[in-house]
Amino acid sequence: MTAHHDHHHHHPHPGGKAPAAISRRRFLQRSSEIAIGTAIAVTAGGTLLNSAEAWATEVKALKPETLRTLIAVARDIYPHDRIADRFYAIAVKSHDDTAATDEGHKALIETGIATLDTAAGAGGYLGMQWEADRVALLRTIDDTAFFQAVRGGLVVGLYNQPDVWTIFGYEGESYSKGGYIDRGFDDIDWI
Amino acid sequence: MAAPYDLNDGSVVVIIGSGAGGGTLGNELAQKGIDVVILEAGSRHEYEDFVNDEWASFGQLAWTDMRTTSGSWRVHKDFPNLPAWIVKAVGGSTTHWAGASLRFQEHEFKARTTYGHVAGANLLDWPITLAELAPWYDKAEAKLGVTLTNGLPGLPGNNNFKILKAGADKLGYKEVHTGRMAINSVQRDDRNACQQTGFCFQGCKWGAKWSTLYTEIPKGEATGRMEVRPNSHVLKIEHDASGKASGVVYVDKDGKQQRQKARIVAVAGNSIESPRLLLNSASSMFPDGLANSSGQVGRNYMRHMTASVYGVFDKPVHMYRGTTMAGIVQDEARHDDSRGFVAGYELETLSLGIPFMAAFLNPGGWGREFTTVLDSYTHMAGMWIVGEDMPQETNRVSLSGAVDQHGLPVANVHFDDHPNDIAMRNHAWAQGRAIYEAVGATRTLPTPPYPSTHNLGTNRMSARAQDGVVNQWGQTHDIGNLFISDGSQFTTGGAENPTLTIVALAIRQADYIAKEMSAKTI
Ligand SMILES: Cc1cc2nc3c(=O)[nH]c(=O)nc-3n(C[C@H](O)[C@H](O)[C@H](O)COP(=O)(O)OP(=O)(O)OC[C@H]3O[C@@H](n4cnc5c(N)ncnc54)[C@H](O)[C@@H]3O)c2cc1C
Ligand code: SF4
Repeated sequence: MTAHHDHHHHHPHPGGKAPAAISRRRFLQRSSEIAIGTAIAVTAGGTLLNSAEAWATEVKALKPETLRTLIAVARDIYPHDRIADRFYAIAVKSHDDTAATDEGHKALIETGIATLDTAAGAGGYLGMQWEADRVALLRTIDDTAFFQAVRGGLVVGLYNQPDVWTIFGYEGESYSKGGYIDRGFDDIDWI
Repeated sequence: MAAPYDLNDGSVVVIIGSGAGGGTLGNELAQKGIDVVILEAGSRHEYEDFVNDEWASFGQLAWTDMRTTSGSWRVHKDFPNLPAWIVKAVGGSTTHWAGASLRFQEHEFKARTTYGHVAGANLLDWPITLAELAPWYDKAEAKLGVTLTNGLPGLPGNNNFKILKAGADKLGYKEVHTGRMAINSVQRDDRNACQQTGFCFQGCKWGAKWSTLYTEIPKGEATGRMEVRPNSHVLKIEHDASGKASGVVYVDKDGKQQRQKARIVAVAGNSIESPRLLLNSASSMFPDGLANSSGQVGRNYMRHMTASVYGVFDKPVHMYRGTTMAGIVQDEARHDDSRGFVAGYELETLSLGIPFMAAFLNPGGWGREFTTVLDSYTHMAGMWIVGEDMPQETNRVSLSGAVDQHGLPVANVHFDDHPNDIAMRNHAWAQGRAIYEAVGATRTLPTPPYPSTHNLGTNRMSARAQDGVVNQWGQTHDIGNLFISDGSQFTTGGAENPTLTIVALAIRQADYIAKEMSAKTI
């Protein structure tokens, strides 16, 4: 990863505060492009492990289970079937970082997830089998500070990842390639 | 070459802000041999330093000092501390701007006469006409190198334009072209031609788009008559016992307060900071703020009636490739109240990258209704709607309870849409949708206004002192050597993007200041 990529996480979000920096070098042990739902396990040492996508992450302030659920909540808020879990994990990891220094934020997230789990009934949020049911539950809490903190953080945390842009087909920086003057700015052929 | 002036040199013209208004005024005065000090709150980033990255560029250039909001506009809910998307840097918002450069229409200078009484609107005719401003529009277009004027070719149409054009043709629209853009369609003014980079809003790294940062400012500096002080935030304008402006107090790059004396002070901080500065400069002689005998300072805040329409197609578009805003439909810009509203609007191409699309498409939106749009990002086309909004006295920049890093009250921006704004927006959304559906859009989305990029009217121009803050030259009615040189002078907003008019007014103001200085009337 280049310095250019690292700075994406430092810029202010107009609706609130920017997510804290995440080092994907530390966070992502390995990566793959395969998305397998919420196939994330918590190891005995408290690490989150997604063997299908071949990545793991330490959880430092939140309960590992909380971060695991948060990743699922993130996908349910902004579901993109072509985007692997690891990108959602990167997007919500900032809450763990913030929680490490901000007790109020830690309580907001822990309580928010606990409330969701209770509302979900036996098996908790992750026990709900179908997206439609989970989304229906999220709709009932979408005006809470917890939900807004998670959703607001995702706007920059998820969509400001250059690797995610590629999946959407957005080509990003173009100056170093000489702009689009010779690279298809007017190549539409069907109109 | 850039002249350093002494803080106690009371012969200089002090200009606050280096954007479209301030940067232009400074250069024009310096070219005439008048000594100028421009104080700019932001830093100086040359165009090689710009970044092709939406949030990184926002972090580099945008004004993110505290502001507050109120009112029923959606920006208050979604972006409570970001009423406007404008710049704090040398060059001001001409670093971020897209370059659309249109003249006002004749009737727009006579809004009160043309539109008649509109309930709730504080309409007024400008004290100048299109015919009077025309010679300065000529100069402004020549300065900016506006395409499709002075024999300059238009920009080539990109994919986003081709969609707009094809749809507009099907609807029978006639005035459709790649825009009058302050972007070099050929090399000129020692600057590159547009390379279709597609990051016009992030500062043009080729220097193809006009910005005071690399045109007016270095040209003014080269005369040896102009000094630009970056990182110099003006806190207060001072006056002498006779009530004339005598200088300004500012915080310099090292965080120290300084007092720069002045013969003339010109305020060009854009329409939120300019009235804030006048209000924060209240004194025992002027308890309601400087130049505020009319009570109009900060009032009649306009932001243009804006919105966007995005169309999703079954085939690829790649709207983000190429010039961000080089495409326009002008047929709806006329005044025709049979449409159910007074005044008119323009439709202009627009593209946002994934990061800003996620933030602005439907702020607060989530779920598949939202995400399926982004999944189709490469198949989207976009347009921006910009129309004349009604000035309302209650739409207002005032001093907030919150304070900034210097301990001064920040600006609160209060805004409610006028019913005319709402009727116009609904009409424009429907026309925008029709354009895209005419060429096969499988889905169209109405997008709400973004934080304001056009900020106008808060120190408005009026023939009579009781109706506004400045006269036809931008000179305050109350204080002869205090001028307003930015878009806050606008009496009404017109349907057109404002910068060409700001520049024309600044060139004209420079001529007036020079004349009055030699006549020793100021
Ligand atoms: C994304 C975007 C796209 C745009 N596209 C277009 C377009 O296509 N066409 C068009 O006509 N317009 C466009 N605009 C609007 C255009 O940028 C503005 O109309 C124009 O720049 C306003 O000029 P100004 O001189 O009033 O203020 P600005 O250019 O904003 O300059 C004001 C300067 O004053 C400084 N300042 C403020 N307060 C103080 C203080 N107290 N002390 C010292 N300095 C201070 C600020 O830091 C700033 O640099 C766009 C704007 C944006 C943000
Ligand atoms: S598209 Fe043209 S004007 Fe816009 S940033 Fe690129 S080169 Fe500059």
